Amino acid sequence: MKTKLILGLALGALAAAPFALAEPTADEVAAIQKRDFHKRGQAGMDRIEQDAVQRVCTDSHNKPPEALAKAMESDQLKAIPFPSGSLIGDWKKGAKVASGGRGMTWSDDPKKPSAGGCYNCHQLSARQPSYGTIGPSLTGFAKKRGNGPDMQKYVYGKVYNAKAYSLCSNMPRFGSSGTLTEEQIKDVVAYVLDANSPVNK
Amino acid sequence: MTKRSLRRGAVTTAALIAVAAAPAFAQDEKKEIQKYQQMIAEGSPAELWELSGEELWTKKQGPKNASLEGCDLGLGAGKVKGAYAHLPRYFKDTGRVMDLEARLLYCMETLQGRSDKDARARLFGNANKPSEMEFLVAYIVGQSRGVPMAAGASHPKEKEAFEMGKALFFYRAGPWDFSCASCHGEEGKRIRMQDLPVLSEPPGARKAYTTWPAYRVSNSQLKTMQWRLNDCYRQMRFPEPTFGSDATIALTHYMAVLAKGAPYAGPGTKR
Repeated sequence: MKTKLILGLALGALAAAPFALAEPTADEVAAIQKRDFHKRGQAGMDRIEQDAVQRVCTDSHNKPPEALAKAMESDQLKAIPFPSGSLIGDWKKGAKVASGGRGMTWSDDPKKPSAGGCYNCHQLSARQPSYGTIGPSLTGFAKKRGNGPDMQKYVYGKVYNAKAYSLCSNMPRFGSSGTLTEEQIKDVVAYVLDANSPVNK
Repeated sequence: MTKRSLRRGAVTTAALIAVAAAPAFAQDEKKEIQKYQQMIAEGSPAELWELSGEELWTKKQGPKNASLEGCDLGLGAGKVKGAYAHLPRYFKDTGRVMDLEARLLYCMETLQGRSDKDARARLFGNANKPSEMEFLVAYIVGQSRGVPMAAGASHPKEKEAFEMGKALFFYRAGPWDFSCASCHGEEGKRIRMQDLPVLSEPPGARKAYTTWPAYRVSNSQLKTMQWRLNDCYRQMRFPEPTFGSDATIALTHYMAVLAKGAPYAGPGTKR
């Protein structure tokens, strides 16, 4: 309730900002997309609709007011269904999820499991030279930051919903969006944290 | 010409093999990839597309048995030289801002009398089924080589398209929360080994816009800007943008205006 109030105020403030006259309204941007995009494969038109996080991050150019960001991050965090028991899966399976890039596009078969595409943006194993740099390097992650229960929970949560920790992060919400399963996320957690994983060698 | 292109093809193939055989050590691999990128930049089969495109431009077809030679790409009917560098722009006859691809569809329909369905029969080609659109685009853009970019930016509709393009560029949506800026919003970033230009600033927009459309080695085809946007949106996990729609033209126009003044250098060659 409180979050909704803050959200309303923030969006109101953003809407009242002194924009250039020619700048289209959010409704106009939504309208042109509704007209000029079409469903293909698994990618339906519902994907054009923004949720509150996407809306706030778009309107603020990824710099939301701090109080609003904190409140919304907290809501995102509360919605993560942390599994009970160990969060460490099989790092070998996690390596495949991290390397693969398929899933969720209109050309992907929705019946096949998606991958995480971790290497598109992060360095992980020091032996894999083909890695992206949009996200930070995670090489030697467990050696630097440990791999105890708190760290396991953090990495699981971060992969499940990165927006719970940084509202306008570039990183997708792999759990919330239904891209990766609980088991796949546990395997990725193992790939990042297991002492035997190449990430920590 | 053909001999030269064949030699270039052989060089590209050799480069591909060299990359495939590269040892799995980071430094060596990086060097090999750089060598390969340099090689493909030096020689491109794009000129074959340009030649075929010119033939299609002058070929009489459609119910009206007419060529596209009378098509007005913005500088007057039949004027091809430098036309691409001035696109997208506002066209009085349609009341729309149009890019090259949308204008070609319009000319196929008006001059040649072809149906919209026929004109759009194969917008994206592959090795087995090449695309008329891709050949035509190669020819037209090649006729703007060296011409400074000067997309229309004064008509109210052009200003409107620019602002809409900008808004679309930063619009985050879809299951992965992406916008164009997710990948093209920060200097010095890359996906895997691929460098990412910042397309919302003039330096990056100039570099990227003046080297598209491009022969793409991974597709073995010359790909248009409309295709480039289509495949970006696919990877952004969005629904599909309609070819030649106002949204895609606005986005293209936004980048073209930011690239203003840079001499057009395409069609380029990409990985």
